[in-house]
Amino acid sequence: MTEMNEKLVFDKPESVIDRATHYCPGCHHGIAHRLVGELLDEMQLTEKSLLIGSIGCSVFLYNYLNVDAVEAPHGRAPAVGTGVKRARPDNFVFTYQGDGDLASIGMAEIMHAANRGEKISVVFVNNTVYGMTGGQMAPTTLIGQKTTTSPAGRCVAHEGAPIRMAEIIASLGGVAYAARGSLDCVKNIRAAKKHIKKAFECQVNATGFGFVELLSGCPTNWKMTPVQANERIQKEMIPYFPLGVFKDISEEGGIC
Amino acid sequence: MSKQPERIFIKGNEAIARGALAARCKCFFGYPITPQNDIPEFMSSAMIKAGGDFVQAESEVAAANMLLGAGAAGIRAMTSSSSPGMSLKQEAISYMAGSEVPAVVVNMNRGGPGLGDIGPAQGDYYQSTRGGGHGDYRHFTFGPGTVQEAYDLTIRAFDIAFEHRTPVLILGDAILGQMKEPITPWEPEGVDDEAGRDWAISGRTGGRDKRLIKSLFLAEGELAGQNKHLQAKYDSWTDLAECEQFETQDAELVICAYGSIGRIAKSAVRKFRKEGKKVGLFRPITLYPFPSADLKKLAEEGKRFLTIEHNLGQMVDDVRLAVRTICDSEFFPIYPGNLPTPDELEAPILACLEGK
Ligand SMILES: Cc1ncc(C[n+]2csc(CCOP(=O)(O)OP(=O)(O)O)c2C)c(N)n1
Ligand code: SF4
Ligand SMILES: [Mg+2]
Repeated sequence: MTEMNEKLVFDKPESVIDRATHYCPGCHHGIAHRLVGELLDEMQLTEKSLLIGSIGCSVFLYNYLNVDAVEAPHGRAPAVGTGVKRARPDNFVFTYQGDGDLASIGMAEIMHAANRGEKISVVFVNNTVYGMTGGQMAPTTLIGQKTTTSPAGRCVAHEGAPIRMAEIIASLGGVAYAARGSLDCVKNIRAAKKHIKKAFECQVNATGFGFVELLSGCPTNWKMTPVQANERIQKEMIPYFPLGVFKDISEEGGIC
Repeated sequence: MSKQPERIFIKGNEAIARGALAARCKCFFGYPITPQNDIPEFMSSAMIKAGGDFVQAESEVAAANMLLGAGAAGIRAMTSSSSPGMSLKQEAISYMAGSEVPAVVVNMNRGGPGLGDIGPAQGDYYQSTRGGGHGDYRHFTFGPGTVQEAYDLTIRAFDIAFEHRTPVLILGDAILGQMKEPITPWEPEGVDDEAGRDWAISGRTGGRDKRLIKSLFLAEGELAGQNKHLQAKYDSWTDLAECEQFETQDAELVICAYGSIGRIAKSAVRKFRKEGKKVGLFRPITLYPFPSADLKKLAEEGKRFLTIEHNLGQMVDDVRLAVRTICDSEFFPIYPGNLPTPDELEAPILACLEGK
């Protein structure tokens, strides 16, 4: 009998703690966590990192990343991040926020942190619903999308149009980098990682505020299978939330 | 206390800012609101000169959450506001209490509810002493009565905040903030700038275990354990309660009043004493922990009590709780919108003294 030779070709990043996930099958939070973890490893930021947790399904990110962390109230992560970064300017400070957290209750905090050009990085997971509380309408919910609080489908006349955060953030003075990626397929995941890396570099090089929006699936609240959720991102989300870089002054030496 | 015998003539607001500076405060997060604007104005340059940082936040919500961040990072930091802004800060204060983040918060109380007015008032006593946000918590609260005391207690506030990992509130009012008095500034010795070395988030340098500062406790029994731990901390503060007693020894009637009103009441007591009337003053300096034991002792000596506040009756609850097994306290309200003089307090004190 010949001995089988096993070779590990896909390991966990060191920054990611090896534990069972609490996320639903097909949830993209885990992918986003992994991308962040890979970059912390590659950029050797793990020991310097201070994570600002936010409120949403990803509140437990601090259980998965092996970095120091503080938990912010719902929507306030950019303000908490501001305080942390001003207190410890030599550390690497980043927030990780959902769309209800960032684009609704935390709209003031994200806009002003971005506009001040805080030297922090923001990973923004847009899954078009409030995942943790059971799939209510978010500011990013697509037109016509049915949620538990928009049972007839989101209507522009009644609920307004979905907010495109990456474009809004790109328009603010202190922003060095603003981009939108997607986690629906391998090609997009690889591109998303490049966006996050750029945003992180803007902090490392003190260029300015870095922002990456990630279109993500919430199969549970979308009432879809993981495969259907990926298809929905392609067919419905990307046409409304175009992928790409909306601002990049990382090569220009930054903002005073 | 290093010697710095110079006298300076400054407002209460500036005394608090200078006290914070002396206490080696490194970050300040503010938002404009009358009557506390002198504090962020002073700090905007003072913090930079001190090698720290200043942010004019987009709101009091943000300012208080910035404070949470700086405190979690183990840095001495402060925010200040006045009543309407304090309502907005309660979210972060609750989180700081829950996750045991040290920080100093200043409220220069103005009239309320709602937008109220910009004059002095003590309507925020409940909010300041009961845990003004959601959940089962308290925080340390000082009620300075003079500009010197405002300076001194600000320095104390930072020590208490870091020693007990708690938000500490300094509750003044528009009188204290805007009044100028000569004070003797001093600088504390041996301030530990790295007091958070064992718990603050600072990065896992050297590969140490990660640290987590949070107030979410979902596992069975975990939150109960945390709340018990917090309560034990609050109970341990009982011995730190402080008060000023003035002419209470042989007093028949003791006026209970705090902050600016305590000071005005003191003038009234002086006047009564000149007339041979046995009136004294009990002025809590810590509003939480409330100096109940000292008050109870006075009750046991058979004294009567009149509580005077610049509100419709809030601290009087604490006075009554302290003396409840022995006697009660009368109450006299001063409405917001006016600046009471010692003369105005004479009639109610006299009425009480004569048992009317
Ligand atoms: C002040 C406050 N309001 C409401 C909530 C309840 N809440 C918890 S998570 C959440 C929504 C999170 O949605 P999102 O940010 O989109 O994150 P997701 O779960 O979708 O990743 C809400 C409203 C809260 N914790 N605090
Ligand atoms: S509810 Fe949605 S966002 Fe939350 S874990 Fe499940 S799939 Fe992910
Ligand atoms: Mg969401």
